[in-house]
Amino acid sequence: MLITERQRMVQDIESWAGQFGNDRSSLMPILQNVQKKYSRISEFSMQAIADRLEIHPVEVYGVVSFYSFLKDEVHGKFVIRLCQTITCDMAGKDRVAKQLENDLGVSFGETTTDGMFTLEYANCLGMCDQGPAMLVNDQVFTCVTPEKVHDIIQGCRQSLTAFAGLRKES
Amino acid sequence: MQNSTYGNLTFSTVKPGEALAKAKNMKPVDIIAAMSDSGMKGRGGAGFPTSIKWNLAAAAKGDEKFVVCNADEGEPGTFKDRVILTDYPELVFEGMTIAAMAIGAKVGIVYLRGEYAYLTKQLEDLLAKCREENLLGKNVLGKQGFDFDIEIRMGSGAYVCGEETALIESLEGQRGEPRNRPPFPVDTGFMGRPTIVNNVETLAWASCIIAKGPEWFNAIGTEKSKGPKLFSISGDCEKPGVYELPMGITIAELLAEVGGANAKAVQIGGASGQCVPKTQFDRQIAFEDIATGGSVIVFGPERDMLTVAHNFMEFFVEESCGQCTPCREGNAKLLEGVNMLREGKCSMSYLKELCALGETMQLASKCGLGQSSPNAFLSIVSNFEQEMMGRTN
Ligand SMILES: Cc1cc2nc3c(=O)[nH]c(=O)nc-3n(C[C@H](O)[C@H](O)[C@H](O)COP(=O)(O)O)c2cc1C
Ligand code: SF4
Repeated sequence: MLITERQRMVQDIESWAGQFGNDRSSLMPILQNVQKKYSRISEFSMQAIADRLEIHPVEVYGVVSFYSFLKDEVHGKFVIRLCQTITCDMAGKDRVAKQLENDLGVSFGETTTDGMFTLEYANCLGMCDQGPAMLVNDQVFTCVTPEKVHDIIQGCRQSLTAFAGLRKES
Repeated sequence: MQNSTYGNLTFSTVKPGEALAKAKNMKPVDIIAAMSDSGMKGRGGAGFPTSIKWNLAAAAKGDEKFVVCNADEGEPGTFKDRVILTDYPELVFEGMTIAAMAIGAKVGIVYLRGEYAYLTKQLEDLLAKCREENLLGKNVLGKQGFDFDIEIRMGSGAYVCGEETALIESLEGQRGEPRNRPPFPVDTGFMGRPTIVNNVETLAWASCIIAKGPEWFNAIGTEKSKGPKLFSISGDCEKPGVYELPMGITIAELLAEVGGANAKAVQIGGASGQCVPKTQFDRQIAFEDIATGGSVIVFGPERDMLTVAHNFMEFFVEESCGQCTPCREGNAKLLEGVNMLREGKCSMSYLKELCALGETMQLASKCGLGQSSPNAFLSIVSNFEQEMMGRTN
């Protein structure tokens, strides 16, 4: 990481701490924001948060490791979480899972080599009347069928190239 | 994504702002009395009377008090809180504000599960609008000295954080590990201050009770289970979705409503609830019979109940916080037992041992997760014994 990026992260942490109350209770929202902006919660960021909140970095790591949505390791730009709970299972999640693996070329728990997608299971997403359901980052997809998997993945890829195009233009 | 709700929900008949305009002129004791007269018990699953919770927090001493809305909705098969937060969020925020008037709180927190992050934009926009209209902020609706605001905090994918003390731990920036109770949150909650934690639906009903009067609520339901209730219906039925039905409805009546009359079993109360076979479909969904936060999963005639038990046990093994032994080790043992059954390698005496283990977990676990995690296994094993033993596939 470049020095400037580290500095920027420290500044961000400073301002988020201020926004969320300056004490330990601001830890979760700070971690969530770090992950959102910097994709993962690196060791450096944990140290910076610990310094800011005056707690031991191991305390921060303990929290990161507890929550399944908080990640310290590198993962894809898109995290796909397929619901594995009973109603989505009954609605055909196994076939969707298989097709996700086929189309992405990875198994559950893995990240594609181009760094685009991480494939995971999640527990009940609260879409039980419209299963199989899955989350792609914060977006929810319902009544997913194996045929739709390809379009969803393409949609992610396109949203990224569209975004890159926009950045180039501006 | 669409919201499939069936019939007219009472929530659609209460105009935004109606409840708060009424509550503004009520004394805290009168608000609590209205909750008491309504007979409402919490809609999050445990069924604790709302008026008692509010009264304890009102009486507790503290320089600050908090109202927390439990929007962690993680119980498998539950999605009614998502529908409420999508279609009727005003009622939830008003319910929180009314609760704050009753107990003397200045800060409200919605703990929203990370899986529902897509709802935050809409909720934040509504909060901003409420501030503009003085439904939140300083001297709410001109009521001198009553300041109240609400913020949204996100969960990050941990079912156990729906348990109220784990939720508070999470809000305080800790691992979501449940605390011993007592002390209860009503006297030692968020930041050690008196805190009420209420389910999304409970708070929305609180608004309706103020708007429509407690008698209306009290007239619906049974002796011990008052009022209407939202149910999340999923699984093998024609019309899955959210339904408003009176407490005390029988399973057979409910199944007729949702087009699931040929079911062989229903799971009531999610993974931590119980599996009820066809022979008991005359039982009532109510606190005095089968209690639930509203999750109903329907199983058609072809479903393999051991697959169901397997799915639930995997869930608990993943979601146990690991703090206490009966739950951490017990759930792993039960899952291993289900796998043995699946392979047709479990003796009857070992199955009996597993059931005894389940009963120990119900007694010895620290929080509701471990205490209720064996329920599904035990009820499936006892009601579907003929499907369990001597399997060849
Ligand atoms: C493991 C576990 C998970 C829970 N999850 C939720 C939840 O997602 N939403 C909820 O309202 N209550 C949940 N509860 C119940 C809460 O601890 C608490 O009783 C409830 O929020 C109180 O609100 P009420 O009185 O309005 O029902 C859970 C309890 C346990 C033991
Ligand atoms: S019962 Fe389970 S979830 Fe609850 S405290 Fe013990 S280990 Fe944690």
